[in-house]
Amino acid sequence: MSAVDRPAPAQGPVPIHAVRERFGFLRRSYAMLIKEFIQLKRDRVSFAMIVMLPVMQLMLFGYAINTTPHHLPSAVLLQEDSDLARSILKALENTAYFRFLYEVHDVDDFDNLLKSGKVLFGVEIPRGFERAVRRGDKPALLVAADATDPVAASAAMGSLGMIVQTALKHDLYIGDPPEMPFEIRAHARYNPAASSSLNIVPGLVGTILTMTMLIFTALSVTREVERGTMESLLSMPIKPVEVMFGKIVPYVLVGFLQAFLIIGIGVGLFGVPVLGNLFLLALLSTLFITTNLSIGYTISTVVQNQLQAMQMSMMFFLPSILLSGFMFPFAGMPTWAQYVGECLPLTHYLRIVRAIMLKGATMQNLRFDTLALAALMLFAMTIAVTRFRRTLD
Amino acid sequence: MSVSSGIAIDVKGLSKSFGGREVVHDLSMQVRRGSIYGFLGPNGSGKTTTIRILCGLLTPDSGEGTCLGYDILKDAEKIKRQVGYMTQRFSLYQDLSARENLEFVARLYGLADAQGAARDMIKRLGLSGREEQLAGELSGGWKQRLALGACTLPNPQLLLLDEPTAGVDPKARRDFWNEIHALAAEGLTVLVSTHYMDEAERCHEIAYIAYGHLLAHGTVEEVIAKSALTTYTVTGDDLNGLTSELTGKPGVDMVAPFGTSLHVSGRDVAALEASIAPWRRTSGLHWHQSSPSLEDVFIELMGRSRDNFQ
Repeated sequence: MSAVDRPAPAQGPVPIHAVRERFGFLRRSYAMLIKEFIQLKRDRVSFAMIVMLPVMQLMLFGYAINTTPHHLPSAVLLQEDSDLARSILKALENTAYFRFLYEVHDVDDFDNLLKSGKVLFGVEIPRGFERAVRRGDKPALLVAADATDPVAASAAMGSLGMIVQTALKHDLYIGDPPEMPFEIRAHARYNPAASSSLNIVPGLVGTILTMTMLIFTALSVTREVERGTMESLLSMPIKPVEVMFGKIVPYVLVGFLQAFLIIGIGVGLFGVPVLGNLFLLALLSTLFITTNLSIGYTISTVVQNQLQAMQMSMMFFLPSILLSGFMFPFAGMPTWAQYVGECLPLTHYLRIVRAIMLKGATMQNLRFDTLALAALMLFAMTIAVTRFRRTLD
Repeated sequence: MSVSSGIAIDVKGLSKSFGGREVVHDLSMQVRRGSIYGFLGPNGSGKTTTIRILCGLLTPDSGEGTCLGYDILKDAEKIKRQVGYMTQRFSLYQDLSARENLEFVARLYGLADAQGAARDMIKRLGLSGREEQLAGELSGGWKQRLALGACTLPNPQLLLLDEPTAGVDPKARRDFWNEIHALAAEGLTVLVSTHYMDEAERCHEIAYIAYGHLLAHGTVEEVIAKSALTTYTVTGDDLNGLTSELTGKPGVDMVAPFGTSLHVSGRDVAALEASIAPWRRTSGLHWHQSSPSLEDVFIELMGRSRDNFQ
């Protein structure tokens, strides 16, 4: 919409310039190249992508992702409070593999912590442990690991025996002990065979849903603007919220179908169990789908055209894959990356879907992640509705 | 002002700038109910912007007024219910069929029987047999007719048509105008922007806008009379040479070729006649005084406004 820019009538004869015949190919290529550069310079979002993508990838792979997890959130079920128990715990904590967040005295509490994903690791010191060790009875030290993410669990599990043995040398014996004074009985919970498909399939549900849901709605508003239909839509009596719901709801069904398909294949072909309540899984999946659709829709109200919408979706998708715990253990990431991860819906959904399918978790165990998803959804929707332009101004 | 009063559009002092460029400047206009009001002016003169302000798609930087009795600044939502806006670019969904497009509009406006309304409109438009065709696959004339149908479907009181006949063949153009007259006869107010002079002459009233300024308005006869332009029509040989010789002479405000003849116009009759005197006796050139056409008036207005506003 420019002001009048009618050209003045041409004056005088058309000037004649010579045409150079040589290097025509190069000359035309050069003309094209200049044009592309100018267009690229004007397209700020593409330009930002060129810089941001490699920087982001480097940062994420270089700093945030660590396949050897440290400070795994852990709990201890302490059934006796002895010096030996304390020194074992201290030794475990000193390895930097574990961080003991909870000390419980009840088996149910211990199980719930693992089920809700608050801890990935649990050490159980049974009653009468120290006495049994001194008597030479070789009692069992129980170690439970959440093996829904086998990568996170295995490294720590593997090093367990050595750590404990080294620690105890100083406490119990002078010189080398003849043999391990107790037995470590490790239990890889929820995924005893450490099968990675048990971990990947529920993760894929979340990843695929993020990708497709985001792109569906990210294009929705820009498509209307580009095709010129937005102008007439805005001149009709419809409110931004109505436009948003009209555009989101159909895709909730699409997402639901996708989730059903992936879980169906997972159960049928890969033998992934669904231990929890299917209805709860469906309900929370719907929440996750809607959250992603809202974010996609928000992107759509911010960008100028469909290409930018695709690029921005990728900008969101990449950290979702890398920082959510889908590809690499969440517990292995530094704190700042974990904070970023907590802001991504996929992180919460991965915990939910893994917990329901593999651990049989209930709503009680998943309250935090459910609330987080709902909060993210409302946040995105609020931005979308306020960003949606009611006028062409 | 009550809804039933005789004025459909009544705005004063509308201004709108984009990025520091004033596209509409201090524009005031009144449109009677049931009339066809033609909006003329060169490309980029502010026609589309004015129409968008009237239907609430743009907020004016200054100015006030009413549209169908509703305040254009406060009651945009109410205005939207009563106004059908046909955009310059085809803005129905290309990937929906004609019927689906009409049903969408009907539902959006809350028509009780959306399917019935769409069916009736298809019949009315003569689209029967094509209703399942995708809108994007219809020919230009059909697209435009469908778009008009979609605008009139919710029974608006005011139609805003932004260059509705651009790129449409003459037959379809004539049909379209017959339709507009039929709608106006039913009491609908129509504001239509156009570039075509023959279309302007079919309007009850016209307004000429250039560089965001409303330069002239009234009936076609009034606009021509107010221009105070005297026009001579010349036919003969070497009119091209004559054009360059006459241009810029005192009293000659405009020299414009019209087919095989040349229109020489000016507001100062005495000066004009003095300037053309040497050529009136040239053999091979035939001169006669004629009344200026609407096009003469507009081109002269445009030329004058460029001097004033640029």
